[in-house]
Amino acid sequence: MNPRKRRRLVFAVAMVLAGAVGAFAVVTVLNKHVLYFYSPSDLAKEHVPAGVDFRIGGLVQKGSLKHGPGTMVHFVVTDGRATVPVAYVGVLPDLFREGQGVVASGALDGSGIFAASEVLAKHDERYMPPEVVDALKRAGRWKEGGS
Amino acid sequence: MTGEIGQLALCLALALSIVQAGTGLWSARSHASLARALAFSSALGFFVFVVLAFAALTYGFVTSDFSILDVAQNSHTLKPLIYKITGVWGNHEGSMLLWVLVLAVYTALIAGWRRGGERLAATALGVMGLLAAAFLLFIILTSDPFLRLDPPPFEGQGLNPLLQDPGLAFHPPMLYLGYVGLSATFAYAAAALITGEADAQWARAARPFMLAAWIALTLGITLGSWWAYYVLGWGGFWFWDPVENAALMPWLVGTALLHSALATERTGAFRSWTLLLSIAGFSLSLIGTFLVRSGVLNSVHAFANDPERGKFILYMLVAAIAGALALFAWRAPKLQSGTAFDIVSRETALLLNNLLLSAAAATVLLGTLYPLFLQAITGARISVGAPYFATFFAPLFVALLILVPFGPRLSWRSADLTAAFRPLAPGLGVAALAGVLAFALMEPRSLAATGAFALAGWVIFASWTQWRARKAATGLFSSLASLLAHAGLGISLMGIAATTAWRGEALNVVAPGQSFHIAGYLLTFKGVENIEGPNYTATRATIDVRSGAQGVATLTPEKRYYPAEGQAISNTAIRTTGISDLYVALGDDRGGGRWVVRALVNPLAPFIWLGGGIMALGGLAGLIGRLGLRLTWQRAAPVPAAKT
Repeated sequence: MNPRKRRRLVFAVAMVLAGAVGAFAVVTVLNKHVLYFYSPSDLAKEHVPAGVDFRIGGLVQKGSLKHGPGTMVHFVVTDGRATVPVAYVGVLPDLFREGQGVVASGALDGSGIFAASEVLAKHDERYMPPEVVDALKRAGRWKEGGS
Repeated sequence: MTGEIGQLALCLALALSIVQAGTGLWSARSHASLARALAFSSALGFFVFVVLAFAALTYGFVTSDFSILDVAQNSHTLKPLIYKITGVWGNHEGSMLLWVLVLAVYTALIAGWRRGGERLAATALGVMGLLAAAFLLFIILTSDPFLRLDPPPFEGQGLNPLLQDPGLAFHPPMLYLGYVGLSATFAYAAAALITGEADAQWARAARPFMLAAWIALTLGITLGSWWAYYVLGWGGFWFWDPVENAALMPWLVGTALLHSALATERTGAFRSWTLLLSIAGFSLSLIGTFLVRSGVLNSVHAFANDPERGKFILYMLVAAIAGALALFAWRAPKLQSGTAFDIVSRETALLLNNLLLSAAAATVLLGTLYPLFLQAITGARISVGAPYFATFFAPLFVALLILVPFGPRLSWRSADLTAAFRPLAPGLGVAALAGVLAFALMEPRSLAATGAFALAGWVIFASWTQWRARKAATGLFSSLASLLAHAGLGISLMGIAATTAWRGEALNVVAPGQSFHIAGYLLTFKGVENIEGPNYTATRATIDVRSGAQGVATLTPEKRYYPAEGQAISNTAIRTTGISDLYVALGDDRGGGRWVVRALVNPLAPFIWLGGGIMALGGLAGLIGRLGLRLTWQRAAPVPAAKT
């Protein structure tokens, strides 16, 4: 084996090793920072421990939005079958409305309230987050052509 | 009438692009002067008809011709003129037409300029013709912007108010100039592989396109980030949203490409790698277009949820990537390898740069596509949190920034590390000083920000001394390119670190007359009033800002309602000193005149976008340096090159 070929071989082996270590690190970190999406029905079935971050989505139940104390807001997310109470401190997005789709990320506190760190509403009147459409479909509450 | 002209122009452009593809690829044969002449002229014809089609659609928007479905769905007579024009690309059909328009601009540049010789340029036009034909077919078959509506409605449905904003108006054209600019690089790389002229020639010929694409991507990303900061009302500048990642990946690969192509031009090193990066850069642009345009993502960019369109782009994507990679696998082994280089050399530094940037691009790609794969396989809906990206980006960019100053100091093939380091030694002092100042002066203490400031000091100082040492030897513009691009990175880094570590936030419910403090400012809420805009109504809050005894500003954040679109958006108020931003957003109405007000103080936030702008200027200096060189070379050459 001439020196040039040997150098190439060493280089190739080093690249493969570095690639393998890198891929392992990436997958490990990825799994640690993945946020699962649950609909209210999923949440009723599956037990998610308090403090674990995840995302939840559905419609904001009509009449459930309550302001205060202070900058706190409370509302209820529903998919037509099950509901989850949500608490959030902050400014709600402009398109946040009762009866409209919403996605929130955060974690359950000890008392079963979803403490949201971020609330996203759909971006415009014609658009519904795909997760929410999916959740409503699974709960059998989705009407084609919008509601 | 204009609609029909536009449609006809599109069909003629399609026919010409097919001619261009055929004759262009035929031009790869060594004696094909007729084919080459045809390729050049059909390329220019293609350009003319695409411009005509785009002008027809723009005319429809400007004159509010609601008999065109696309105009009726996305425009409104009351919209200000500027947003009637930018509304042309504020929808799926029009944005795809803009994509093709940009492709046509690059096609015309290749045809007029003929860099790298007629054979290489004509073959590159063949590849461009294939891309153009595919995209035109896509438009004509699935996304016709000229569909008629009979009877025409009296009024249009308006444009998403989020898009009625100066920052966003020019974000899509910039991003497309970048995405599609990489298609010119891709076409040259493919042409080099087809003709077998894969020496340094093609890299030199494609360099201006690489630079133009990189400048546009840098500006496009900067504009998008700035827009997100002042419009979305959260005060963040980057969310690791899949559509942001879709623009970031081609940028990372494009940056790697600019560096590896330098080595290829100079010593012939990394020939195959540079070709592969050109293919990867454009492939990532196509993946970005697919992610953004197919509606698989939940985002403000997802105009269309038509699965047919998504599938069409997906097939195109697979065909382009697979075709290019097959060509590469077939031809690349026949390439001569470049001259050997030592472990300590400029080439090694560029290799490390490329490894780090490619690794960064790969982690972003994985994090962006993983949710799509997982959903396709298990049906689970997940999203990848920002901490994943931060975990990898921080170490990769720390390593990259430590190495940046060494690269330009090392000579090609074989270099002396000690000699390279000696002029950089004072940089360690500058870095230490910047870190100590950041640690001592700012609250709360942050090790991450300390490190970031030290790194920024190191990079900026080294770029400065490097520029002083080299401007005489390499010419003003070429040396400025490296200074501005690297120093801009340092400036952005300071902005990102400071905003992340030292942000001040106050969230309050206030009644008229009530005040609150934030970071040395006293904010007094004066109440709200209702105002009328050209095509919206707004609730405007007045907030007095005092610093000590002095009144410094009156801020008026708004909540706007657009009746035509039935949408509400916030309009944040920002007072910037250039060093720090005071950022105020109006929240919910709590009744009885009480409102939620959110205020942020973002130290050094303007540096984030300033740095991006400076980096783009660096790219521009590089482009001018290159074109200047070409002009002098042209003057010396006995045969004048073709005129544009």
